[in-house]
Amino acid sequence: MPSLSSKLSDALAGGLGVEHHRPWPRTVVGREAWQALSAQLAAGQCTLLALWGERAAVNMALLDEDASGVAVATCPCPDGMFHSVGQVHAPAIRLERAIQDLFGLAADGLPDPRPWLDHGSWGVRHPLGGDGEAAVETGPYVFLPAEGEGLHQIAVGPVHAGIIEPGHFRFTANGETIVRLEERLGYVHKGIESLMAGKSLEDAGRLAGRTSGDSTVAYAYAFARAAEAALGVEVPPRAVWLRALMAELERLANHLADIGAVCNDAAFALMHAHCAMLREHVLRTAAAAFGHRLMMDAIVAGGVGADLAPDGAARIRGLLATIRAAFPALIELYDKTASLQDRTVGTGFLDPALARRFGCGGYVGRASGRAFDARRNLAYPPYDGLRFDIPVLHDGDVNARVWIRIREVEQSLGLVDQILERLPRGPAVRVPVAGIGAEAEGMAVVEGFRGDVLAWIRLDGEARVTRCHLRDPSWFQWPVLEAAIEGNIVADFPLCNKSFNCSYSGQDL
Amino acid sequence: MRKLLLESLLKVPVTEPAPDRDAAALAELAGTVDRAARATLGRSLSIRQIDAGSCNACELEIHALANAFYDLERFGLRFVASPRHADVLLVTGPVTKNMREALERTWRATPAPKWVVAAGGCARDGGIFAGSYACVGGVSAVIPVDLHIPGCPPTPTALLKGLIALMTAAASTTAAPPHG
Repeated sequence: MPSLSSKLSDALAGGLGVEHHRPWPRTVVGREAWQALSAQLAAGQCTLLALWGERAAVNMALLDEDASGVAVATCPCPDGMFHSVGQVHAPAIRLERAIQDLFGLAADGLPDPRPWLDHGSWGVRHPLGGDGEAAVETGPYVFLPAEGEGLHQIAVGPVHAGIIEPGHFRFTANGETIVRLEERLGYVHKGIESLMAGKSLEDAGRLAGRTSGDSTVAYAYAFARAAEAALGVEVPPRAVWLRALMAELERLANHLADIGAVCNDAAFALMHAHCAMLREHVLRTAAAAFGHRLMMDAIVAGGVGADLAPDGAARIRGLLATIRAAFPALIELYDKTASLQDRTVGTGFLDPALARRFGCGGYVGRASGRAFDARRNLAYPPYDGLRFDIPVLHDGDVNARVWIRIREVEQSLGLVDQILERLPRGPAVRVPVAGIGAEAEGMAVVEGFRGDVLAWIRLDGEARVTRCHLRDPSWFQWPVLEAAIEGNIVADFPLCNKSFNCSYSGQDL
Repeated sequence: MRKLLLESLLKVPVTEPAPDRDAAALAELAGTVDRAARATLGRSLSIRQIDAGSCNACELEIHALANAFYDLERFGLRFVASPRHADVLLVTGPVTKNMREALERTWRATPAPKWVVAAGGCARDGGIFAGSYACVGGVSAVIPVDLHIPGCPPTPTALLKGLIALMTAAASTTAAPPHG
């Protein structure tokens, strides 16, 4: 079991440790200790990894970045109230608004108590709270004010002009310059956590894999690892490596698509056309190697659903050669097109201090100086034995977020090389998974293309899911997009938004 | 850039031959398209995509239709930015309750004649999300649907087959009036 960093263990001393929570400890704490942890978050001594509710308790996962330590604190709320973390630490605000909507627990002191996921259309209040309250009439959603002479508002969404997910953006602008952007999300809330309750690992795993389709591998990976941690299951070595192979293919496909799409939003279609072809090559190779273009349901608790196809390794080597032949010319094209650089350099600046405070994962954090990558900082096999660099830049603009993706494509190519070279022989790629006859809890953090995906799971004695929480990296990226866009022109919003490429479905759950 | 453009001009295109029309889709479409529509639209359809709660996997594959391998526009099919410009609404997702009103309003904003294509298992009946407090469960529970394209997500080829079948139907069938 990883050792707990001293910072976190001091704060949790005096709490009651929970048995069968793996691999990191979970501690039940009182209101004072909960407040002390909030203060630590506010002081920047640790990072908020997740904050989620249960019927009569709230949990938060904390990360000590210096010591790579993780801990979970649980605060029971017998009176239906808990001390709001958001009042001192802004990254918690939307998570607490979601907890209020879903569980009916009140976050005492929450500076923004407006509903978040609940748009008043479910016909029920607090669907996970358990008392099945009928919905009550709520007034229209009130957006935050922006006052001043000559300001006007632009309302965009939930149905957008492009082929993207639904969400509402409320811009207040002075001429072309954005004074304030406010996001309203929750449109694709599907009630995934409620659907998971009572399901088998197989059925719940399929739901996890459809939390955010572009990260289906990362979600299935995190879900499976959390379940295996809870049950103490040892996955066959070949499956461990095949999972990483799929994760890197998913990263390649998404990064290639994003690099092209960001350029397309700067009206540079040539780059988009070439990157889209490379992405298609990745997806076709994935289909040939693993039987599904996006590799949905390929990772299951206990291993992987099926072994690599007989010609899979050769096909993937061919893919690497195709990308390596085409990609350098595209990088040069990006780097040497002044009209494109004119749009991306300096646009949508995310302050590194903000990225650190929000614990922004993925290219959003790494383009703003936050050198965190779960494959390295919370290393899991096989990444603990693989060579790769974590590219980090400090410019924080659209250009930096493109370059991080470019460098990560290169790193992923190298990782796939290593994985294919060292892939252990089978034949086993899956072991049976069974309950341990008692409640068991597990947690896992997996680096998806967008950032770190966290899965937390509680299983009953027969390995059925009693509660599962999935935290998308977008929870800590969406809020800072509002800050990054301030002072930019309205026409640069699509460019900035694409450079973040947050998940709507992953955040809405 | 010049080198890349020149190579693209000289190399054999990667675009693949058109897939056959989907026979099942044609059968489902029989009778939804009339002669007036044919005269108005010719062999060209404008599509407005609506994500009504999908996990975004369907959107990824719909995006792929535009890449050089599938090259959707050679069939006269193109995506438009507004429902006001659309003949076809391509809807994905189990229709979350939070998206229901937006879907209805987008449908009403689309001028007749219009067709609705529900893409993916969720759009048919809610799929894996059926029964959730937050989902209506299937596009046809909210607006009339002319064609379902199965898959989780449907592959670009499956999408293309369905859309080509729709266009064939729009260009040849006579029967019941389309949805107004």
